[in-house]
Amino acid sequence: MAFAVRRRPSPPAQFRDLTLRAIRSTAHGGDAIALPIVFPLLIFAINIEALESILLVSGFPTGHVADFAVALTFLQGALFSGIACASRMASDIESGFIKRIALAPVSMPVVLGARFSSVALVGVLQGVCYLGASLVGGATVAAGLGGVFVIVGLAILFNVTFASVGILLAVRTRSGEAVQSLFPVFFVFIMLSSALMPRNLIEAGWFRDVAKSNAVTYMLEAIRSLFIRGWNAQALELGAGLAVGILCLTALLSLRGMRRLMVTP
Amino acid sequence: MSSTHTHQLQSHSSPTRSGGISASALAREFKGGIRAVDGIDLDVAPGEIFGLLGPNGSGKTTTVEMLVTLLLPTSGSASVGGYDVVDNAGDVRMRIGVALQEVALDPLMTAWDHMRLQCTLHGLTRTEAKTRAEELVKRVDLLDAADRKTRTYSGGMKRRLDLALALVHRPEVLFLDEPTTGLDPHSRAGIWDEVRRLANEEGVAVFLTTQYLDEADALADRVAIIDRGHIVAQGSPHELKARIGDRSVVVRAGAEQAVVVASVLSTFGHASTAADGAVRCQLAGAGVDLTVIVRALDAANVNVESLSVHAPTLDDVFFAETGRPMSLESEAV
Amino acid sequence: MSPPFFIITMLFPLIFLAAFSGALSPLFYVEGFSYSQGYTAFVYGFIILQAAAFGGIFTGYSTARDFDIGFASRLFLATPRRAPIIAGYVGVAVIRSLIAAMVLTVAVLVGGMKSRAGFTQDALLVAMIVVVAMIASLWACGVAMRIRATRGGPLMYTPILVVLFSTPVYVPSNLLRGWLGTVIHWNPMTYMVEGARSLLAGADHAVGRGLGYGAVLLALALVWALLGVRQAERSTW
Repeated sequence: MAFAVRRRPSPPAQFRDLTLRAIRSTAHGGDAIALPIVFPLLIFAINIEALESILLVSGFPTGHVADFAVALTFLQGALFSGIACASRMASDIESGFIKRIALAPVSMPVVLGARFSSVALVGVLQGVCYLGASLVGGATVAAGLGGVFVIVGLAILFNVTFASVGILLAVRTRSGEAVQSLFPVFFVFIMLSSALMPRNLIEAGWFRDVAKSNAVTYMLEAIRSLFIRGWNAQALELGAGLAVGILCLTALLSLRGMRRLMVTP
Repeated sequence: MSSTHTHQLQSHSSPTRSGGISASALAREFKGGIRAVDGIDLDVAPGEIFGLLGPNGSGKTTTVEMLVTLLLPTSGSASVGGYDVVDNAGDVRMRIGVALQEVALDPLMTAWDHMRLQCTLHGLTRTEAKTRAEELVKRVDLLDAADRKTRTYSGGMKRRLDLALALVHRPEVLFLDEPTTGLDPHSRAGIWDEVRRLANEEGVAVFLTTQYLDEADALADRVAIIDRGHIVAQGSPHELKARIGDRSVVVRAGAEQAVVVASVLSTFGHASTAADGAVRCQLAGAGVDLTVIVRALDAANVNVESLSVHAPTLDDVFFAETGRPMSLESEAV
Repeated sequence: MSPPFFIITMLFPLIFLAAFSGALSPLFYVEGFSYSQGYTAFVYGFIILQAAAFGGIFTGYSTARDFDIGFASRLFLATPRRAPIIAGYVGVAVIRSLIAAMVLTVAVLVGGMKSRAGFTQDALLVAMIVVVAMIASLWACGVAMRIRATRGGPLMYTPILVVLFSTPVYVPSNLLRGWLGTVIHWNPMTYMVEGARSLLAGADHAVGRGLGYGAVLLALALVWALLGVRQAERSTW
């Protein structure tokens, strides 16, 4: 009796089907699409009215609050999406579904890449929605059409970065609750940054120092620069560079952790 | 450009070159010095159903996890499908199907979705996947439910789907970790039939762990009984039971008369007293006349409350090897 | 009280306080900013009530988790009366909120916040905290009773946060225009926030309206919660 012809599986096909699965589970939960889009937009809508007086602060860099406030929207969205993506991964680990995948001849970069793809797609959706809302709110993209694409690209990058941090925690702790507990941690980083006031206008020295040491500040400034100043290479390099650095480090550590999940030493 | 390997079933009983399982002094130690598996040897030939029987916590799942390459052994060696589980884990995974104790399904996916994903992960083309999925879903009797999300499935349906998923790539070796735990008799029977068919018609080597004596008895060609990480007995169910002797007798006569009962019964075989005062005696040979036993108890003025006779079971085998009944171990945990 | 929820109840308001007072203090110097006690006291008046609301929201999470693990069903089977079930959850929320308020107050006083509140004003502020904690916890419990799973979390906190942030958060109401400038006057929470701020300034003229609106919201939230309990009971039977 003949057994199966053993064909090496196709990584692109595996990636495609795992991504489709990730997207399906993302689309199902309100926490993965509706919440990351709606909640930040609500806060944005409130902030552009509530912070209007900020325009009267001497030295404020723009004449439209929306130009300034929209950056926070992107980071809040990345926070929600990233945690939702990592929660899905934690769920797979807790339920044992990851073992089912592990027992198939599929590589860990493909599994991780599929997760990243799903959150990246959400990032595209978020980027378009936030961009649209900001234009309705009176913002302009000083960097023009090219800047629009870079803004969406940054939305994707930040989503994947936050998701990568969350997935690292999921792989290490094998717990969905631990991933959820990242929410206040990320939140602290977002609030203790230049989210609400440009760094140079922050009065409190201690706060300015904290914001200066906070990677999220540079991510905010990268997006903001495209709205307010146009093409600012330094801001873009810093913001994107820090995000890429965090992403690479956490992704590598996640892959190592996933290998341990697949084969317990 | 992909390379292909074709394997043909070889009709010899050696398990090492193609198909089959072989383990030598396989052991696994966890933190704290806990040796969950403490040096086991076993061989499973292609087309054979091998049962690993033991109570909860005896090391069954740890053994399976080592053989399916999810857990690295601390010492010893094992090969599955002709490949070493440590050095060639990838090759092993291509040749095995696994249905673990936890049926890990995605509640948002239908049976078709699961089958499609599993087929893709194992390298089947779209056409092959469609054909294979239809064949297996029909075979495990899930056609009517295949369009529904698995969160609506009963436990039995989930297990059947799990079995189907383990078979998409026509594995040479199939691992089933307690496949019928918690199932109703009908679902259980269905799984048993499919396992027999796989071994008999497709020549798959089946490695089955179970805590159910009747499952091992009914299904397995050979059984290994595991207790606290050691294999205490190995052989066909018939051979193992034959080792024990013919029958056993259990006499209840009140805790105060247990010593007398044990003394009387010890002349007919090996007697032991349980905590509740019941005395069990493994009769020495098939020729022991039960009437003689009753008369001997009467002569000793024993007020017998109940007397029952049992044909040897694998529980008796476990009891003989470990001094403890396996059925109580399984209930206790 | 679950340690993570307890820590988050205290952490979030502290972070908001640090962010608002640290980053937005230049707003204090904007022409028309009419509050004499300083920007930290201004945001503290909002954040102390936000902390109370968080205490209530996380109680809703605890309630939902009780349903997830099956404990809530046992609770309903154990007692025929609904009020004590709700009272228990609300009591925890109030305690949680008061502890968070205490931590927050110590933090701002150490940070040099100016306050003219005397004993009466402090007592009224505590009353406002308790009322907001009860409103938030009754709302969140009502959601938890209806959905009976932790996935109802967003429904618990999103309306509360929207209501909170539709008040004069960063600047006084006289500096708010547009749709928000209109909405704040319709939002009962605005009067509670302004009441809290007036207490810190040593006055209590705005408190009566704030507590009055608070009482109305409390009554509505109580009805919402009790109806939710009835729904949850039916699902248990």
